[in-house]
Amino acid sequence: MPTMTMIESIRDAHAVAMEADETVVVFGEDVGYFGGVFRCTQGLQKRFGKTRCFDAPINESGIVGAAIGMAAHGLRPCIEIQFADYMYPAYDQIVSEAARIRYRSAGDFTVPLTIRMPVGGGIFGGETHSQSPEALFTHVAGLKTVIPSNPYDAKGLLITSIEDDDPVIFLEPKRLYNGPFDGYHDRPVIPWSKHPLSEVPEGHYKVPLGRAAIRRPGSAVTVLAYGTMVHVALAAARDFNIDAEVIDLRSLVPLDLDTIITSVKKTGRCAVVHEATLTSGFGAELCSLVQKHAFYYLESPIERIAGYDTPYPHAQEWAYFPGPDRIGHALSRVLEG
Amino acid sequence: MSELVDGDLRGNAREVPLILAIPEPARRPGDTPDFSSLKFSNAGEVRRPEVSDAPETMYDLATGLIRVLDDEGRAVGPWAADIDKDTLLSGLRNMMLTREYDRRMMLDQRQGKTSFYMQCTGEEAISCAFRMALSDGDMNFPTYRQQGLLISSGYPLELMMSQVYSNSHDPLRGRQLPVMYSSKEYGFFSISGNLATQFVQAVGWAMASAIRGSSAIAAGWIGDGATAESDFHSAMVMASTYNAPVILNIVNNQWAISTYQAFALGRSATFAMRGSGFGLPSLRVDGNDFLAVYAASAWAVERARSNQGPTLIEWVTYRAAAHSSSDDPSSYRPKDEALAWPLGDPIDRLKRHLIAVGAWSEKDHDELLVSVQDQISRAQAEAESYGTLRNGPKPSPRDIFEGVYAEMPNHLRLQRQEAGY
Ligand SMILES: Cc1ncc(C[n+]2csc(CCOP(=O)(O)OP(=O)(O)O)c2C)c(N)n1
Ligand SMILES: [Mg+2]
Repeated sequence: MPTMTMIESIRDAHAVAMEADETVVVFGEDVGYFGGVFRCTQGLQKRFGKTRCFDAPINESGIVGAAIGMAAHGLRPCIEIQFADYMYPAYDQIVSEAARIRYRSAGDFTVPLTIRMPVGGGIFGGETHSQSPEALFTHVAGLKTVIPSNPYDAKGLLITSIEDDDPVIFLEPKRLYNGPFDGYHDRPVIPWSKHPLSEVPEGHYKVPLGRAAIRRPGSAVTVLAYGTMVHVALAAARDFNIDAEVIDLRSLVPLDLDTIITSVKKTGRCAVVHEATLTSGFGAELCSLVQKHAFYYLESPIERIAGYDTPYPHAQEWAYFPGPDRIGHALSRVLEG
Repeated sequence: MSELVDGDLRGNAREVPLILAIPEPARRPGDTPDFSSLKFSNAGEVRRPEVSDAPETMYDLATGLIRVLDDEGRAVGPWAADIDKDTLLSGLRNMMLTREYDRRMMLDQRQGKTSFYMQCTGEEAISCAFRMALSDGDMNFPTYRQQGLLISSGYPLELMMSQVYSNSHDPLRGRQLPVMYSSKEYGFFSISGNLATQFVQAVGWAMASAIRGSSAIAAGWIGDGATAESDFHSAMVMASTYNAPVILNIVNNQWAISTYQAFALGRSATFAMRGSGFGLPSLRVDGNDFLAVYAASAWAVERARSNQGPTLIEWVTYRAAAHSSSDDPSSYRPKDEALAWPLGDPIDRLKRHLIAVGAWSEKDHDELLVSVQDQISRAQAEAESYGTLRNGPKPSPRDIFEGVYAEMPNHLRLQRQEAGY
């Protein structure tokens, strides 16, 4: 089986979806001729032609709004916002339009739209190339929110998202594009080819939305993570010698509550990790669900390890990033509690 | 027409299938550069109206190209103002400082002293001459490619470099991406990474100036690509409605990362024409011609300052360098396209003008270059002594929590304590 980086598997997912269904169109800033600033759409214009994959003016509300119009016509657009930090001009189109058109038209119009965007920090991108706005999407009724942590899932989840009949926000942790980053920024980059989940089947396959994956079985504490933080949590468990059960949520809405609750009932302890800022983050939702469904199994308070409630700094990036050390200490607290 | 929608095309089979247009630049990598589709006026050809003329009598200015310097380096036509030699020489020095500054910072980025850098190579005349036409107290709302504004205003180079290095002297305390400077004192609004947001903020600053009866004016800046953003149009409608004392500058350097100007321009002949629908006088100016930039800037400044209202200016130039340190333009445009740019290089053109009028020589120029490089080296050595992103003193992690609010709320204080900073 070929090994792929996350960029290559995302590119491959586009190609498979476009091959399978000629209503799939791909566009966004720099995605056409150039193939995207992260090269996730490289080669698609050449292969599928200019009306299937093309560049867009720098107007995010225009990109999303036009995609909604195309969806209303019967196309299945998969569009790229260059960085999640630049989706705000499109937020009205996403929240007030894409998310609600099925409901308000009683199914007369639907929006089978996928909006891809790179998220997260770790690349010295400063406040406008590092954000993790997932909670701004999970809070919106009518949207699905997906975030892969490896090349295999990225391809399968993206194909599923494109084929889904509702709008899907597809968040790509940019620090994972070229390797399974575990939070140790001062160590050499590990290439994807050294990771088993870089083995990506050829052709069409799907990873279902709403199905989490247990990345490390364990009995001491359940760690809920997604995206980059899956790898960082695994490193923390390893380096602090903690028998954590690390769950990769993969999709936040819909959420695989069964896997989460089964695990917490088994371990009796839980921690939630995300890179996004703490207050009103998706972790709060997870904590609430866990206490409701596994309250009598919990032996200690649930810990949240998250970004601080500040903008993402440039020079102090690694003091800000919730790395293995911070996670390890928090897990130790959960075990002692 | 696409095979795509054939399936659900309804209606008369004899109807003509619709066609989607996808803009394509004339030349791609491997091709010979060709700018023949761009239409430029000759030097001196475009008329110069009075600043008090009615906007609707000026629409022709949006399609011509205001140029002063001809091919021999002479200043010709109605926009050729009487600019004293000292002003021109300091303009030359500012442009050369800007270029050498860029060269040095780009090198430092390559050597790992910082994470990221953006050059303005080929566009120096626009920000340098514009700043020289403004007065202290006026406010710019720049993009990341107007470092010439700061340099021309005499902002300390070692502070700019310290920002780029995110070191212990960085006035922005390591918080911002390199080149995202800020200085109220020097009339330079905090740069945002989110394109176009500043364009309408400039209008608001100008409106405030009018509300408060001040005489200071504002200038907004935007790239050709970013004019596609809705905020560009917001700026125009606000400026037009309130007749705000603002100059709205579009720097058309032909490219927006990998997409060429037609992705924002669409079917329009020029960006300057965008102003006409809002009733704004709109100039289209040779941005590589220092004298033309200075004259057009001074004209727009006078209009704003004398309550005639906003002016839109399209500066026509070429982004000679990569978009940023993360970009390699050879994968989307011909490698030597910058050399073929028909409006030449702004530093070279001003130098030739000064030589043509007998105010300058090759020897003077060489000496100036040495002096400029020396100034950059000294500033660089000083800035590096305060640390770089990788080495030496740095802003404190404690600072992550400062300045989010005027007063630190309790939850942040707790987070900082827990973090141990
Ligand atoms: C809202 C937003 N969308 C996208 C980007 C990514 N981006 C940064 S610069 C750039 C190109 C801008 O081109 P232009 O406006 O022509 O300015 P230039 O870089 O040529 O000076 C893009 C797409 C961004 N910074 N902000
Ligand atoms: Mg541009």
